[in-house]
Amino acid sequence: MARSVTTQRKTINTTIAWIIGLLIFFPILWTILTSFKTEAQAISDPPLFLFFDWTTENYSTVMERSNYGRFLWNSIIIAGGSTLLGIIIAVPAAWSMAFVPSKRTKDILLWMLSTKMLPAVGVLYPIYLLCIRLGVLDNRVALVIILMLINLPIIVWMLYTYFREIPGEILEAARMDGATLKEEILYVLTPMAIPGIASTLLLNFILAWNEAFWTLNLTAAQAAPLTAFIASYSSPEGLFYAKLSAASTMAIAPILILGWFSQKQLVRGLTFGAVK
Amino acid sequence: MGQIELKQVTKSFGDVQVIPPLDLTIKDGEFTVFVGPSGCGKSTLLRLIAGLEDITTGHIEIDGSDATDVVPARRGLAMVFQSYALYPHMSVRKNIAFPLKMAKMDQAEIDKRVDAAAQVLNLADYIDRRPGQLSGGQRQRVAIGRAIVREPAAFLFDEPLSNLDAALRVGMRMEISELHKKLATTMIYVTHDQVEAMTMADKIVVLQAGVIEQVGSPLELYRAPRNTFVAGFIGSPRMNLITGEEAAKHDAHTIGIRPEHIDVVESGGTWQGTVGVAEHLGSDTFFHIHNTGLADTLTVRAIGDVSLTHGDKIHLAPRADEIHRFDTAGLRIA
Repeated sequence: MARSVTTQRKTINTTIAWIIGLLIFFPILWTILTSFKTEAQAISDPPLFLFFDWTTENYSTVMERSNYGRFLWNSIIIAGGSTLLGIIIAVPAAWSMAFVPSKRTKDILLWMLSTKMLPAVGVLYPIYLLCIRLGVLDNRVALVIILMLINLPIIVWMLYTYFREIPGEILEAARMDGATLKEEILYVLTPMAIPGIASTLLLNFILAWNEAFWTLNLTAAQAAPLTAFIASYSSPEGLFYAKLSAASTMAIAPILILGWFSQKQLVRGLTFGAVK
Repeated sequence: MGQIELKQVTKSFGDVQVIPPLDLTIKDGEFTVFVGPSGCGKSTLLRLIAGLEDITTGHIEIDGSDATDVVPARRGLAMVFQSYALYPHMSVRKNIAFPLKMAKMDQAEIDKRVDAAAQVLNLADYIDRRPGQLSGGQRQRVAIGRAIVREPAAFLFDEPLSNLDAALRVGMRMEISELHKKLATTMIYVTHDQVEAMTMADKIVVLQAGVIEQVGSPLELYRAPRNTFVAGFIGSPRMNLITGEEAAKHDAHTIGIRPEHIDVVESGGTWQGTVGVAEHLGSDTFFHIHNTGLADTLTVRAIGDVSLTHGDKIHLAPRADEIHRFDTAGLRIA
């Protein structure tokens, strides 16, 4: 039987949820608001909330000074490329761990996750040197591969969890029906795991899009994505808050819109398995 | 053609040997049932034949050629699973067509065969539905349809009816039997239900702890069980097994007599007892009898409605020629 909830209780719950939601969203809201202020208003004390002279000047300045389109394109290539490559590698890996586990499967999974516990800066030096040696510094393909490797443990983990929910008998049926391993994964497993794969894709795309440490350290002019675009407006003197905010807003807008339209899918994917 | 031969097959999971060396021949066109209590290794044995599990040692031959290392997809066998294992994202048509598509058959031939299978299994009305929209019985038919379209060397059934309700189970049992008569293809059927085994099989293989206890036709097993395990397992209700003084009278360690081979008589009789529970089915009456001095409970089947109830004294006359005798090891004495 469902618990009966009074209207009053509902109102309180909703209010609390909204307050928490707004608290989390506030930095983003503040960034967006600041992007419409002049530089003077941006640093005024007390801070101005809604009542200021709204201006789009920052946006035009930023557009004038930098090539937004190129940064955006790089972000799409790097985030999209690393996500797709990651999925292609992770699907068979997760398949084998979910359906033909060995004694060591659990250990491998934990070991993969443990690589995420290492501070990224710990391997910056060797990877930086490797990139120089291979001549792939400031190279989009190199970033696609590096970000794919960084996020691969999470992709494998998520897919593994989804695959575990699929009854093994269905895959065995495919095997009995004459499907090769490739056909089994392509025609049976993947279509059944579409919701899980979609949310994994989405989450990984967001992670790769927002990844700043590696993109800032390994790119200069050619391969720089939107994170570098934001960083280029953060000056030590701190006089460009409004422009920095405009750049940030432009950088997060695409992913925010993508996230908004796919939130249902994302939430379902992230709670998959937890709630049946 | 679909002769299947197991030669000295064993299976171990880690250090645990679930199937000790086993030899078995299943002739072409035969309906063979593997039966035994749960955990006896019957499903494992089926999966070894299917190739879904690797055998540890020994050989499996299908149609005379060694299939030990052949992948399931290339063994030419079709399997119907307990959970049906239909592809939930495909329509009934696509489910049935899947093995043909995997065999790279041309579309016209696929359509022809799928339509024919749908006709035979009364699935034509549901052909475009997804499995999720079908009842248990319909899903089972789709699973069978998917198995028959590819005309396999043999069908493997892994407890296919255990998810169905009793009435549907009887119906599907008949359908599968009829299908076997029609196709005359080798079928191997795993069940823990001895009634299914008795009604469907040409040959029953009784298994316990991975060991074949007896192989034979249903009536051979019923009439001459090789040991006390088979005696107790085949037949419903179970055979009464009696040890001690009464058995000694027959020069045996254990004697067995089936409930239907003990007559209820007005007076006298060889054995007496009191009725514990009387199950009146109309056509038959089953008595569970205590205080006989033979066994804790003696089960007796009387034809028709016999009006004895709880606590009544009952006189019994076992038919002497229907008494089975077993030695101390539980083996049948001829």
